[in-house]
Amino acid sequence: MIEPIGTVADTLLYLNGVTVSFDGFRALNGLSIVLDPGEMRAVIGPNGAGKTTMMDVITGKTRPDEGDVIYREHTDLTKLDEADIAALGIGRKFQKPTVFEMHTVWDNLLLALAGNRSPAHTMFGRPPAHERTRIEEVLATTRLVEHRARRAGDLSHGQKQWLEIGMLLAQEPQLLLVDEPVAGMTDAETEATAELLREINRTRSVVVVEHDMAFVRALGVKVTVLHEGAVLSEGSIDHVSADPRVIEVYLGR
Amino acid sequence: MRRITVGDGLTLVAVLGGAVLIAALNLATPPDGALHVPSFVLPLAGKYLCYAMLALAVDLVWGFAGILSLGHAAFFALGGYAIGMYLMREIGTRGVYGNAMLPDFMVFLNWTRLPWYWHGFDMFWFAFLMVLLVPGALALVFGYLAFRSRVSGVYLSIITQALTYALLLAFFRNDMGFGGNNGMTDFKDILGLPLHADATRAGLLVLTAAFLSAQLLLARALVRSRFGKVLVAVRDAESRVRFLGYRPESYKLVVWVISAVMAAIGGALYVPQVGIINPSEFSPANSIEAVIWVAVGGRGTLIGAILGAVLVNLGKTYFTGALPELWLYALGGLFVVVTLLLPNGVLGVLRRRGTGDGVVPKPLPVGEQPT
Repeated sequence: MIEPIGTVADTLLYLNGVTVSFDGFRALNGLSIVLDPGEMRAVIGPNGAGKTTMMDVITGKTRPDEGDVIYREHTDLTKLDEADIAALGIGRKFQKPTVFEMHTVWDNLLLALAGNRSPAHTMFGRPPAHERTRIEEVLATTRLVEHRARRAGDLSHGQKQWLEIGMLLAQEPQLLLVDEPVAGMTDAETEATAELLREINRTRSVVVVEHDMAFVRALGVKVTVLHEGAVLSEGSIDHVSADPRVIEVYLGR
Repeated sequence: MRRITVGDGLTLVAVLGGAVLIAALNLATPPDGALHVPSFVLPLAGKYLCYAMLALAVDLVWGFAGILSLGHAAFFALGGYAIGMYLMREIGTRGVYGNAMLPDFMVFLNWTRLPWYWHGFDMFWFAFLMVLLVPGALALVFGYLAFRSRVSGVYLSIITQALTYALLLAFFRNDMGFGGNNGMTDFKDILGLPLHADATRAGLLVLTAAFLSAQLLLARALVRSRFGKVLVAVRDAESRVRFLGYRPESYKLVVWVISAVMAAIGGALYVPQVGIINPSEFSPANSIEAVIWVAVGGRGTLIGAILGAVLVNLGKTYFTGALPELWLYALGGLFVVVTLLLPNGVLGVLRRRGTGDGVVPKPLPVGEQPT
């Protein structure tokens, strides 16, 4: 029996005692995290700590062997598949930028726009005016206005990361899961990305997985440190970086 | 829908204009005239256009959804069998045994009653409905099972081969009631029109060209729609599409069934023109050849599929006449050359020479975004 870590009421995302094993290796080992509505949370941890597996569990790519994954108090995410979970308003940005390279920036955003996803719906008609307006807004937010007609595959690495964040925004999610958004970015781009995430956080909840401590510090939010598939420490960036167990994991051995 | 592109326009003109021209030069010129097109050209050209429909169907699933079907000729053959059954019933008492109800091969097998599934095929509308429904239903069941189980890539290609091979073996059996290894032939007329008359053949050729043109326009509208953009996204990054909330399996299933029906219509127009349908149409090599046509013409371009089917089959007609034993080597060599040197097919070369842009379409200014 897994001991509940608190009450599920008033939480946006509630993970309790989540365990995932791959061939005997425990990628997640009794992971428990609670996210409040409107919160931005940074998740850090060394390689193999289970950060990406946690994202996979929340988005339905991986089913946990044990534990609860509850969204908005009532919805059990472990029973749903990727498309269902995306439709609930949980969007995901991958570690490597995965945009549709053959499509233009505009078309990438068009495909990401919230709306009916059935083949019968997408087969007919032009995008209505409100959709085009929404795409313009996202282009402006992600500073891609000039690049709308370019093939996504021709964008720079940083621009692809931004396009992917734009695609997330176009999905109108309530919760964004962002995996290493600043990997491979220049300092200026990193700065701008932190600003963009803070702006997004005004209306949506965000979970950011990141290696870059300077970036996490710049975000200035509550930090969860993962280690070997479980929470090692939680609190402000100053609190966790002073935690001897965190120092041990990051610097020891 | 946006205006027709240059490539599509030229293709439509070539297909429709070519068919009408061949038909007119056959019917309206004296047989010894300099411009006369001999009668054997009519069904030959019609056959090429039917193959072009099969190629178009393959390109729709392979070029745009990344589903490499190595069994698409099965749908083509099923469409052919459905219309073949109608043509057999049309023979009536003119068969060798003069049986009004039973086709010759059934009399030969000492059958006394028409099998239940042969009923209704004396009516053209029913047979045409079956041309659409039988291959469509098979594609629906097959696709549902395959895509729902997330079978893709080379595994899917292998089971499509298995599908067509299984049908090949089944149709070889006399007990199946489709004429066994001889298939169906000796057709007399279609809708009362004699199949051996030049006018009927010319009409079938022009009809085939019209169906091919309609299919090209339909396929183009499909790949330009948001549906088509989702397909391309599935082809390039399927799991990403899933996280956007789309169900790739539904998209694949829809395009798979549409493609199967397109191939079936090609088969239905093929049989009256070549005058025979037998199990060899299910042979796995046929499906693989169709993939080669698409690769030669240019995958993911639609018009390349048509171009490839016609070019390769022109070559085949020439080679099998002039140097029959070399044809398979030529075909294999062609595939290797195209794969290594012309990844975008003949069309890729034409486009690079002609307009300076590759197969990737030029992005449009805003406001003119394709739907």
